Amino acid sequence: MQEKVLMKGNEAIAEAAILAGCRHYFGYPITPQTEVAAYMAKKMPKIGGTFLQAESEIAAINMVYGVASTGKLSMTSSSSPGISLKCEGISYLAGADLPALIVNVQRGGPGLGGIQPSQSDYFLATRGPGHGDFHVLVLAPASVQEMADLTGLAFKLARKYRMPAMLLADGTMGQMMEPVCLPDPAEAEEKAPDWAAVGTGCARVHNIINSLELSPAVLEQKNIERYERYAIAEKEEPRWEEFMMEDAEICVVSYGITARVSRNAIVEARKKGIKVGMIRPITLWPFPKAPLLKAADQVKSFLCVELNMGQMTEDVELAIRCKKPVGLCSRVGGMIPTPAEVLAKIEKANEEGG
Amino acid sequence: MTTVFDKPKSLTDAVFHYCPGCTHGIVHRLVAETIDELGIEGKTIGIAPVGCSVLAYNYFACDMIEASHGRAPAVATGVKRAMPDNIVFTYQGDGDLASIGLCETVSTAARGENVTVIFINNAIYGMTGGQMAPTSLLGQVTQTSPYGRDPKTQGYPIKICELLATLDAPAYLARVTVNNVKNVRNAKKAIKKAFQNQIEGKGFSLVEVVSSCPTNWGMTPQKALEWIDEKMLPQYPLGVYRDKGEE
Repeated sequence: MQEKVLMKGNEAIAEAAILAGCRHYFGYPITPQTEVAAYMAKKMPKIGGTFLQAESEIAAINMVYGVASTGKLSMTSSSSPGISLKCEGISYLAGADLPALIVNVQRGGPGLGGIQPSQSDYFLATRGPGHGDFHVLVLAPASVQEMADLTGLAFKLARKYRMPAMLLADGTMGQMMEPVCLPDPAEAEEKAPDWAAVGTGCARVHNIINSLELSPAVLEQKNIERYERYAIAEKEEPRWEEFMMEDAEICVVSYGITARVSRNAIVEARKKGIKVGMIRPITLWPFPKAPLLKAADQVKSFLCVELNMGQMTEDVELAIRCKKPVGLCSRVGGMIPTPAEVLAKIEKANEEGG
Repeated sequence: MTTVFDKPKSLTDAVFHYCPGCTHGIVHRLVAETIDELGIEGKTIGIAPVGCSVLAYNYFACDMIEASHGRAPAVATGVKRAMPDNIVFTYQGDGDLASIGLCETVSTAARGENVTVIFINNAIYGMTGGQMAPTSLLGQVTQTSPYGRDPKTQGYPIKICELLATLDAPAYLARVTVNNVKNVRNAKKAIKKAFQNQIEGKGFSLVEVVSSCPTNWGMTPQKALEWIDEKMLPQYPLGVYRDKGEE
């Protein structure tokens, strides 16, 4: 760990990516994540890396695909409307089993929406952002420290499972400043993975980076094998944080900025004698199903707090197998609930019981 | 016994899927011969996006990447930035390069990326069964221009070499064809130059190969080659549209 510095969330992502060994960044300007590009534009030329402002979001993700094909770390960052455009490329990355990082600093939608914070790309991120059967790893930071830490983790997991990873932040996380301890630089990249397209050196049969397979039987098998890999990730990689859950009778489920707001509300509720705690998913895919299912036997109800119309409630209901009611506290369109609003919902849930 | 003619090392033993009389086979051979002659097989990375040539990754013996429709120049940009000492080429058709991927084509050329683009212009979408392409000729009958391409509703053909020649960055832009022996030899020279430029770091080089599609043009292979002379070349004049080495 390096010494503590004050940084904006978006800048923490950029610096953490560089420290993780990423030397190739491709992006297109869009609010509220442009600081990532601006940081990369300054830094990359000085460390022998690539910063390229692409002609479009589509070109940017395909440049990432090109670098990923050579086995090197690369990334792009954008915000919701730009991520829609990248979805085709993300599907190709997944289909060719290539690791890469896509940062989504979400804003309100749909369509052009607004530029204020949102979590309304939850479905897009967790259901496989693009055509076909696939998943990406989805990590949801709730502090500037986690913006940095999860960027490094995203690269690590993307490589481990040979799949794209998405850092799913929101406008608040991108724009806020907090103290952060940056990680030490990762060791220099080892030699190219044996599957990479780096030239045969006339020493081996050619490598082909590809998602096309015209034989249905073979394509089926490839999908099955990919899902076997996903099953390992679902078993090994869920990450979450529990807060005041020991004796909780109400379980708040929240990620990102709303988890921060919920934390304040929970502390206030506890002062009023309400036994409430929180499970904060850090990975949204794989979703931390096990701790939620365990909590279902303990609590009377769940309360999802998020900046969308309740997209995560479906995952919570599935995780707890609908054993207990799942409520929702949400604001959308760029609005953020106050701790008082969350507290009111907790009090209501407390009155209603199970 | 002396071998006087052989398959280039840079082609695999896979049997081409291309239709009888299609000129993809000739162009594949010219690219492979070039790679052999320049001794770059071991460090070349090819990119084949969607279209008839999507399966080119099975035919070229170098490392290959399949790209999404139209995005090969962006993928090539990523590869070249990550691997500047390797040789990177794309092999794209007209629907791919001049329609869905036009933005990537123009932008990659405008940046002067040090890559080589082989552009097959046969004025039709072959893989999907013969639809109108951005390069289809006026009056040309296709599945999606059944009454002939009408400029009032379907616009005019896009001339890629002329369009890219308005940009400052490209190092080399040439239009060739492969419908007779003399033209094949000229095409080979242009393709070789486009790769040589990359080795020398000169920047973006594109060779447009006016090609035939007997199947979707509804002609015999022989008639299709004649049609190139009669109809295609008046619209797409052969020649060098940019050569920074000669300026």
